[in-house]
Amino acid sequence: MENVIQAKNLTIGYGPKVLLRNADFAVKEGDIFIIMGGSGCGKSSLLKVLTGLIPPLQGSFDLLGVDFNRASSEQKSLLRQKTGILYQSGALFSSMTLAENIAMPLEQYSAYSPSTIDELVRLKLSLVGLSGYENYYPSEISGGMKKRAGLARALALDPKVVYFDEPSAGLDPVSSARLDDLMLEINANLGTTLVVVTHELQSIFNIGNNSIYLDAATKTITGSGSPKDLLKNPPNERIAQFLTRGKEK
Amino acid sequence: MENLTYKISNGVLRLDISGDYKNKNLPEVFLAQIKSPEIKRIEIDAKDLNSWDSSLLVMLLDIYHKATALNIKFDGKNFPNGVQKLIELSLAVKPQQEPPLPAKQSFLDCFGDFGLHIFHTFMKGAKFALSNLRTFFWAPVFKPVSRTVDFWFAFQECGPKALPIVLLISFMVGLILAFVGAIQLQIFGAQVYVASLVTIGMTRIIGAIMVGIIMAGRTGASFAATIGTMQVNEEIDALKTMGVKTEEFLIFPRLKALVISMPILTMFADFAGILGGAAVGILALDIPSSEYFRYAYKAWHLRHFLVGIFHALVFGFIIALSGCYFGVNCGRDADSVGTSTTKSVVYGIVWMIIATGLITFCLQRMHI
Repeated sequence: MENVIQAKNLTIGYGPKVLLRNADFAVKEGDIFIIMGGSGCGKSSLLKVLTGLIPPLQGSFDLLGVDFNRASSEQKSLLRQKTGILYQSGALFSSMTLAENIAMPLEQYSAYSPSTIDELVRLKLSLVGLSGYENYYPSEISGGMKKRAGLARALALDPKVVYFDEPSAGLDPVSSARLDDLMLEINANLGTTLVVVTHELQSIFNIGNNSIYLDAATKTITGSGSPKDLLKNPPNERIAQFLTRGKEK
Repeated sequence: MENLTYKISNGVLRLDISGDYKNKNLPEVFLAQIKSPEIKRIEIDAKDLNSWDSSLLVMLLDIYHKATALNIKFDGKNFPNGVQKLIELSLAVKPQQEPPLPAKQSFLDCFGDFGLHIFHTFMKGAKFALSNLRTFFWAPVFKPVSRTVDFWFAFQECGPKALPIVLLISFMVGLILAFVGAIQLQIFGAQVYVASLVTIGMTRIIGAIMVGIIMAGRTGASFAATIGTMQVNEEIDALKTMGVKTEEFLIFPRLKALVISMPILTMFADFAGILGGAAVGILALDIPSSEYFRYAYKAWHLRHFLVGIFHALVFGFIIALSGCYFGVNCGRDADSVGTSTTKSVVYGIVWMIIATGLITFCLQRMHI
């Protein structure tokens, strides 16, 4: 399988503050790739680098075979059409209905007719279990529904990679489990590669088949592989403690 | 009842804690003994302790830290289980080392840093303004990605909805201008020229400035707050990751709406101001209405009117760009939204005044 993301010697941070040094990792096509680690280790910042919101301090990464930071603005625009992102809060546009939110990337990047876009919107909403909520505004639905609507928007253009920033944050256990199931369904049925930033252990073991652990103390990646394998053979004590909620000593 | 007793023998400071140790201040007299050079070891025994609260922990930790600093051996006995655990917990993580304070800068360094900061801020703002002006003026050629509904919504907000307050304020300003002018003109028996004063003043500059100030406080602040909240909610990140340009999707419709509505509002403001002056002239100065309006009509000149409209257009750009700039550059918390909103109004008005000065100077040189 091809690598959809290949990070090479990636150093990230803000100005003089380095959060992660010399990170090398690869995300294979079809993976559910977990970026995990304790609070403040730079998980969300790594995601911002991978989505092109902030540049890395050093190093580079290839997205779908293209060096993202050296890509022209046209190439970046094309790459962005092949990726989707679900933010912690859903980040739905509050002045638009759910249908308008999902239709936005379709209107911008596709040549579909308005009626086809309407049908696509209905399909995406039904995929995430929100059929019939087309004309609701984000303020009228619950937190879990906002995340699912955000996922529907992320899936609007049938992306190859979807990024998730703390998808379980703020959700009750049932909604969180439903979202995990939905992610598994999308991965299995659409073949979409999922890159998930999380520290929710249950989600990590439920969905992840590959992962990296970011260590806040050393500011490096100190473990990689399947979360279940990391639990069985933890490379260091901090990973063991993280994956057992601190019970391992 | 005394809870603490201590004695010193053979270099050992022995402290017995007993009874109820609650709500106690630090035992300064005892703590002062620790610094005595003869003390080599501290023993604390709590076997007669009944109940305790955090003040006991504070005291024990204070003794521990002082003893460690002075290389004195610390030995605690018979502590209740909870006390022992809490002490271990509070000592488990080493305190975060505070970063060293930056070296004190000289006045010249501070002045230089301040100058550089102003320069970078100015350049950032100029880059933002140029990029958005390019999008605005090239819009007929490169169709920006924006929704028509967003434009109409913004236009409704800064057009029809702003009209009542613009009319009221302009009427009052015309009224004040007439009263102030009348005091001087009455000295020469020339109060009828109040009509000319108000007409020229309102159409040439005051109408546009009043509309600008109202719109900076009303619409500019609203732009900053709306876009700033979108920043907090990660909506702008979502737009960027979708490859949508914020200057096209968020700023262009707002800029267009304000630039179109400002001249229209200014025309209404001019008219309301002249009516305010007329109210004073006719009702307070007893100028016949036909006379007042004849003088007003004579004073009205297309040149003055166009100068006012030009000011309004410039103010429209300034207010919209200021509101959007501070919205887009807002931080990620609620406090930042408030700060951005305030800054958008302050900077909007400051740049309006600077622009007025420049335009007035240029027009003066051009004899307009």
